[in-house]
Amino acid sequence: MIKLSIDDLPVEVPNGTTVLEAARRINIHIPTLCAYQELNHFPGACRVCLVECDRSRSLVASCVFPVAEGMKIWTHTERVRKARRAVVEFLLSDHPDDCQLCQKNGACELQAIAEQVGVRKIRVNRSDLSRHQIDSSSEALRRDPAKCIYCLRCVAVCAQVQGVNLLTPAGRGFDARVVPALGLDLADSNCTYCGQCAVVCPTGAIVEKDDTERVWAALADPQKHVIVQEAPAVRAQLGEEFGMDPGSLVTGQMIAALRRLGFDQVFDTNFAADLTIMEEGHELLQRVKQNGVLPMMTSCCPGWIKFVEHFYPSLIPNLSTCKSPQQMFGAIAKTYYAQIAGVDPKDIFVVSIMPCTAKKYEAARPEMCDSGFRDVDVVITTRELGRMIRGAGLDFVSLPDEDYDPPMGQYSGAGTIFGATGGVMEAALRTAYAVVTGKTMPNLDIQQVRGLAGVKEAALEVGKLGQVRVAVAHGLANARKLMDRVIAGTTDYHFIEIMACPGGCVGGGGQPLPASEEKLRLRAEALYRDDALVQKVRESHMNPAILALYEHFLREPLGYRSHGLLHTKYTERGE
Amino acid sequence: MERVEESSGAEFSAQQWQDVDGIIDQHRGQPGALIPVLEEVQAVTGYLPAVVQRRVARGLGLPLSRVYGVVTFYSFFTMKPRGRHQIRICTGTACHVRGAQRNVNQLKTSLGIEIGECTDDREFGLETVRCLGACGLAPVLVIDQDTHRQVKKEQLPQILRQYQGAAEVSEG
Repeated sequence: MIKLSIDDLPVEVPNGTTVLEAARRINIHIPTLCAYQELNHFPGACRVCLVECDRSRSLVASCVFPVAEGMKIWTHTERVRKARRAVVEFLLSDHPDDCQLCQKNGACELQAIAEQVGVRKIRVNRSDLSRHQIDSSSEALRRDPAKCIYCLRCVAVCAQVQGVNLLTPAGRGFDARVVPALGLDLADSNCTYCGQCAVVCPTGAIVEKDDTERVWAALADPQKHVIVQEAPAVRAQLGEEFGMDPGSLVTGQMIAALRRLGFDQVFDTNFAADLTIMEEGHELLQRVKQNGVLPMMTSCCPGWIKFVEHFYPSLIPNLSTCKSPQQMFGAIAKTYYAQIAGVDPKDIFVVSIMPCTAKKYEAARPEMCDSGFRDVDVVITTRELGRMIRGAGLDFVSLPDEDYDPPMGQYSGAGTIFGATGGVMEAALRTAYAVVTGKTMPNLDIQQVRGLAGVKEAALEVGKLGQVRVAVAHGLANARKLMDRVIAGTTDYHFIEIMACPGGCVGGGGQPLPASEEKLRLRAEALYRDDALVQKVRESHMNPAILALYEHFLREPLGYRSHGLLHTKYTERGE
Repeated sequence: MERVEESSGAEFSAQQWQDVDGIIDQHRGQPGALIPVLEEVQAVTGYLPAVVQRRVARGLGLPLSRVYGVVTFYSFFTMKPRGRHQIRICTGTACHVRGAQRNVNQLKTSLGIEIGECTDDREFGLETVRCLGACGLAPVLVIDQDTHRQVKKEQLPQILRQYQGAAEVSEG
């Protein structure tokens, strides 16, 4: 342990701790725009976190400066405050000043830091701001390099957490900017659209593509029958948009808010998650029994799918052919639901609320129209739903709890845990066990696949099938490690679950900001609470609405209609 | 920033590709190999278009983004073809005062290209540089390794003629 003083207060921290971290331990929050949780951001790009140190004549960047025994640090001397203000002033000197028009308005770290360090004027001539092309080529994300402050968090997250390595700093001086490799537009690149760059971006340089106006337009159109589905994770995130504690489970208030926004029917993606388990669980059993391609890999996560299509095309046969719950929902809504509700499917408008940016891309994939129409019309993120609720002037916190509309709102606890890493695996094993043995699993909680370890493994005895070996990974860099082992042939798994984002969907690219690992944990706990304490039914195959869907429409899992509506193909896309 | 349409790489000969791969093989696995590899590869291919960057990235097992980041950072590397004869006109203070701009304009017109481009037949490339440190010779320009001093625009056609059709290929 190292003893030092910060602002004349004693502090003791492990060797290797940075001054910035040490200060946080005693609740001194040094402003920074580049340091971000566990990301390695050496050598520190923004220079906002300058402090005075008795061991150095010049000011030092506290985010990368390690503590030393007996060191004295001062974090807010006149010299420090002047220097920080100058650094932020320079950042602002080549940054657009139309904050009110920016999608990040109110959630921008640069705004907050400018306030914290007290910038009141910019002394340089701002008549010739750098001009950059906005990249709105993709359905998921929008890049505006003019707003980039070159903190390089997005580069670090893309490389370290996601192992995609697409984004890079390029050029020099006023031409310097962060771009996809070769300066390609996102749509032409191997971006997975996971949106983790948008999660860490301190400004509006990378944001989700805002589709709220398309939703408002549909809601205002009397011709349209507008129905909505919400991903499992959204109910564990949305409260944060309104200042509620992370981990608040706001299912009932979310439904109430959606009704007040004017949706004709409020359904739930969890219903479709149960449907996915029926199809995917049977697909797994079929592959095991018929010596099909193993390990089978989950296909719920569109970022993961695009990752495989670009980087591991040889593993495409391992992907489950099941569409994601979002897409199953759309295909069923415009066929089965249209039929039972007596609505012309061309008038049905399906809106998804997702914790995810890649879902926008998934819904727009050309093959996703098996109902004869675009299966899902618009996807908005949790953040965009927050924007709509604020736009409607609703006091979210004081809304009463309301209940879903039947039949596509009904779900099991297995459906709800899809939102956390390991949840799809746990849900699938519950149903697979019951299908094989005819009995409910003795303990429905499969702890080995829960939690935030990067790669999790479990082996379960499943009746006459014998031992079923599974693995779960989240964050694409972890997925990469696991896939390299699969390709090398050193694994003997039957089933692998991958979620592109850290923590699974609760940590998705569309989550409320700012994010943290602690929030991931709390949101996941909320979903497990929903499963164990709120839902009466905890297995997908016991969901009465799912049973009715099979009885009246689909007939059987992997049947003729399922094949046409609920299963899909993948495309090799080149690295 | 430069963004170049991706070509198939057919403009390079089998021998050139073989040389590129040889350079990559020599450096594979060495830390810090990227910059020397790009330097040597550019000497073979003349410039570093996307197709060449992809080859280097794959060969060295590096992300394409890393290669692109380095190529765009150093002005020595170029993603646009350079001429067999590269004309560098000094536009530093002394040369500017003594009429460098007249020479720039004259060359742009007679070659039909802008600064940073090269002629369609790749014979001449044109770029400006800040001070060459030869202010006494202003206005000065350098073609390949030759320095031309106190150049008047009327002399330019004759200077260019010295290089036209010369078989010798300059080093990138």
